[in-house]
Amino acid sequence: MMEAFAFYALAALIVGFGVMVIAARNPVHSVVFLVLNFLGIAVMYVVLGAEFLAVIQVLVYAGGIVVLYLFVVMLVTLKRAPEAHQDPHRKTGLGVGLAAAVLAEVIAILVYTSSAAPVLTTAVSAAALKTPALTGNTEQVGWALYTDYLIPFEVASMLLLAAMIGAILFARRAD
Amino acid sequence: MSETWILPLVQIAVVLNAILISVTYIVLLERKVIAWVQSRLGPMRVGPWGTLQPIADVLKLMLKEDITPIRVDRPLFTLAPIMSLVPALITFAVIPFGGHVTLFGHDVPLFIADVNIGLLYIVSVTSIGIYGIILAGYASNSKYPLLAGLRASAQLISYEVAVTMMLVSIVVTSGTLSMVGIGEAQRTSGVWFAFIQPVALVVLFIGGLAETNRSPFDLAEAEQELTGGFHTEYSGMRFALFFLAEYANMIVVSGVMVTLFFGGWLQPFPNIAALSFLGFVPGWIWFLVKVFFFLYLFIWIRATLPRYRYDQLMRLGWKVLIPVALVNLAVTAVVKVLR
Repeated sequence: MMEAFAFYALAALIVGFGVMVIAARNPVHSVVFLVLNFLGIAVMYVVLGAEFLAVIQVLVYAGGIVVLYLFVVMLVTLKRAPEAHQDPHRKTGLGVGLAAAVLAEVIAILVYTSSAAPVLTTAVSAAALKTPALTGNTEQVGWALYTDYLIPFEVASMLLLAAMIGAILFARRAD
Repeated sequence: MSETWILPLVQIAVVLNAILISVTYIVLLERKVIAWVQSRLGPMRVGPWGTLQPIADVLKLMLKEDITPIRVDRPLFTLAPIMSLVPALITFAVIPFGGHVTLFGHDVPLFIADVNIGLLYIVSVTSIGIYGIILAGYASNSKYPLLAGLRASAQLISYEVAVTMMLVSIVVTSGTLSMVGIGEAQRTSGVWFAFIQPVALVVLFIGGLAETNRSPFDLAEAEQELTGGFHTEYSGMRFALFFLAEYANMIVVSGVMVTLFFGGWLQPFPNIAALSFLGFVPGWIWFLVKVFFFLYLFIWIRATLPRYRYDQLMRLGWKVLIPVALVNLAVTAVVKVLR
């Protein structure tokens, strides 16, 4: 009961902050709401018992990536805020169509997986049984990353490396 | 039931008040030490040897007019000092001031929370504190605070990489992320981690100076260039919040350094029988003595070293500290596996 209440209150806050990110006129305010949104998601992880993910969420997203966003937004929008709602190339029909497609997809997933949900949980618990008795959150994440998900993990790191090299290349070419 | 709630609340109240009071006296200590370094006397008039100066300062700051300049971004201007101070204060939740003591027949731990991600918690919460400075710089709508905010954010992002990587070395050495666990690991290893990880000690202390915006890395509040930096437009109690945050962060960095490298609340060399007589001093006093040493070091460095230039600061961070941190981590991991 208490947990359900906490979940819905928190979820309402997160969605509210998410809406404010796109509703705020001032880009810097948008970024601040994004930070609050990420902090809310971190609290959600704590409620779910995933403390490690919560802390990483704060460290990487709220404390790292969004600081860079803020940095860029402050440098770009020093002179004036962008003229909102005057984009001549706006394609309202396309946007509504895409949103409807995503909504249909989400509903379809909800409808088709509600019966299959128990299967999913048993699969997860079977995977958990395979691993040795790991007490901490951190150990579990580490174990999963370096056994079952080793290849995706390494591929993701290669992707980040490629992005980094690309960024450096662009910066050097500008000189 | 009531005990599970009351004990943490009492702990939080005691720790917060102790931090705020010690901050005011660290300011006095800083003024005194710098004065002595420069052959002056420092504050002398309020109370004997100026010992009541902090109280006068706090009264002054609270009674001063709180000015909000007209063209500032009001919500962010109000939010910035709060976002600066709160992360600094909540970090103390995981810093162990001592082991367990018995008080009025209860077993009282001298730390508020022993979570198994303590060190990561400290890193992530301190990374939130930067928003206070950046937003203050932006919201002030004034060129010097803005420049200071940009400098501060670039500086923190750069040094955070080296600091976090060095912390991983310590985690590999101790095998735990819990602050209490890291302290206990130094009891079992029999020697402080300062002797096992001397490189990490130096890099983390430099990183700590940079992340608290202290001299010689205080470019975000360089008076000569930026007329005070990100808090130029702030006055009264809101300015005091920034001030509190800076000194609370100094205590955090000192506490973390002590816990990671100098055995926290443990007496020196707890496993050597000849030194076991040191056990009559309670653990929390050892902790406070060690923290005081680091705070003194902060002030000492401020009185001694000139400020870095901005490009020198960046070069030190990216071209020296990060490679050193990477090599240190690799060596630590290899040694750990070979053992």
